[in-house]
Amino acid sequence: MTHSGGYGADPRIHWLEWLPWLAAIVCFFLVPEYLSLGARILIYILFALSLDLILGYAGIITLGHSAFFGLGAYVAGILGAHVGITDPLLQMAIAALAAAILGIATGAVILRTRGLTLLMLTLAITSVCLEIANKATTITGGADGLSGVVVAPVFGQFRFDLFGKTAFVYCLVMLFIGWWLVRRLIYSPFGATLTGIRENTARMHAVGAPVYWRLVSVYTLSATIAGTAGALLTQTNQFVGLNVLGFEPSGELLVMLILGGVGRLYGAFVGPIVYLIAQDFLAKQWPEYWYFGIGVLLVVIVMFARGGLLGIVDLVVAKVQGKRP
Amino acid sequence: MAEILSSIVSVAFHGAAYGMILYVISVGLSVTMGLMGFTNLAHGVFAMAGGYILSSAMTGFGYPFPLALVIAFLLVAAGSIFLERLLYARLYGSGELAQVLFTIGLIFIAVAIARLIYGTQAQPVYLPDYLKGQVQLLGRDFPTYRVFLIVFSAVMIAALWFGVERTRWGAMVRAAVDNRAMAQSIGINTKRLFTLTFALGSGLAGLGGALGAEIISVQPTYPFEQLVYFLIVVAVGGLGSLRGPFVAALLIGVTDTACKYWVPQFGAFFIYVATIAILLWRPGGLFGRRA
Repeated sequence: MTHSGGYGADPRIHWLEWLPWLAAIVCFFLVPEYLSLGARILIYILFALSLDLILGYAGIITLGHSAFFGLGAYVAGILGAHVGITDPLLQMAIAALAAAILGIATGAVILRTRGLTLLMLTLAITSVCLEIANKATTITGGADGLSGVVVAPVFGQFRFDLFGKTAFVYCLVMLFIGWWLVRRLIYSPFGATLTGIRENTARMHAVGAPVYWRLVSVYTLSATIAGTAGALLTQTNQFVGLNVLGFEPSGELLVMLILGGVGRLYGAFVGPIVYLIAQDFLAKQWPEYWYFGIGVLLVVIVMFARGGLLGIVDLVVAKVQGKRP
Repeated sequence: MAEILSSIVSVAFHGAAYGMILYVISVGLSVTMGLMGFTNLAHGVFAMAGGYILSSAMTGFGYPFPLALVIAFLLVAAGSIFLERLLYARLYGSGELAQVLFTIGLIFIAVAIARLIYGTQAQPVYLPDYLKGQVQLLGRDFPTYRVFLIVFSAVMIAALWFGVERTRWGAMVRAAVDNRAMAQSIGINTKRLFTLTFALGSGLAGLGGALGAEIISVQPTYPFEQLVYFLIVVAVGGLGSLRGPFVAALLIGVTDTACKYWVPQFGAFFIYVATIAILLWRPGGLFGRRA
């Protein structure tokens, strides 16, 4: 039941794994009034997937993953608002490239450290990005945000409409590509190395695995995916705000991933869906209680249900089948 | 020339006051992180609580400023013992990720509670009359409150250093930081030591938050916004040391004040860049023993 990948796992796609895509297509036709929210959810799933790759599989704890998401969002926004590059795919490619460059540049230096130092460095990097976005008002719009982002129709055919139809399909296709890539990766020998590094770094050194380079590669790849997700957010909203950078979006993303379940691929699907739908219904009416609830939820998950929602599902399934978890 | 000198003195003075407050708040974090290896991102919650307790005690109950400070210290320390025994203690052996998530959860809860009780506005600071106005030192005027902050923090820091370096309790703390298993095996009750040290560190954070309410305004987003600064002090200073965070706090206080004074268009940019540079140069912090 758990599709956590790793060495020796069956890499074939289980029929259950088609369910999310089927559900997305059904949603597209059944609840057209929620497609904007749906696109947002798809973007955060892609973002959470990128975090799961480094946190869940490689075991890199980061408070600064929003740096890549935010960079991607701002690069796409600046291209559309100031530079005049309006083709969505081109915007996205450049945004992803920028995030990849930031990923490899920062990853190459910070991944030599560990523990509090690593945590602090990731946090400092996203804080620097936030500070730049906040102060370079002529380019980024500062605290008012960057509006007037022009995004041309996809392939010159499909305009980003008010109801979010194009946005939803566009995000779904991008997520599918991201999912396919990440899934291939974690079932590969490369993915097995990552799990090995997470479980026992010293032993991976001992067997001769290039630990540092594996970490830098996966960090860069994860940054690229996060940058793509950021660009998607800009293109679907045609706006970028400061809230894509800094500690808070990183923390929020962590909450989503933990809620779904870390290191099991589909935790990154379940978490954002539950979190963002609950937020959409609850946070507007009771913002204080929303944060309170999120806090309590985190504490409860850490204390009692480390596997998140999918972990609970596993436990229930094991109970029903009469096996010991 | 005289003007430049005057602004340098002013920046150094205000920077020192800010740095002292940062140190009083963060020193507990350094000790508990060094002692227990616990990544506590929620330390700012205790500082914020101190600020709110001070303002409630003074405006709600009409207590005088010194008594309100003592209450802030005691209540935060007592509250932290409760939290430590009930929740933190369960996660001592857990991985870093669990601790990070748990403390982020605490921040969310604290922010929500603060907003429910006090609203989103920053708390006004009421100073007693004898701390308002200016004092004359060497032919210059300095705000009395900042002078008080520096002197008071210096006295507390001296007392803390004396406590850690010269008393039996301090020796036990240092022993436990150096080698917990060995400290335990020679009969030190490390569990109780942890609880007391945690309470002292949190109490100091509460006191620092209350004292510094005028510099770091007390509002619900406090634990989120100030987290970076507290963590920088600890990470740059080095875990488990007293001296390192002191140097780091003063450095940050003065640098931050100088940047805001001379190059406000860059904001906190240089602080973060300097932090990254220092941590890459010395990953264990300036005075850290684990490099």
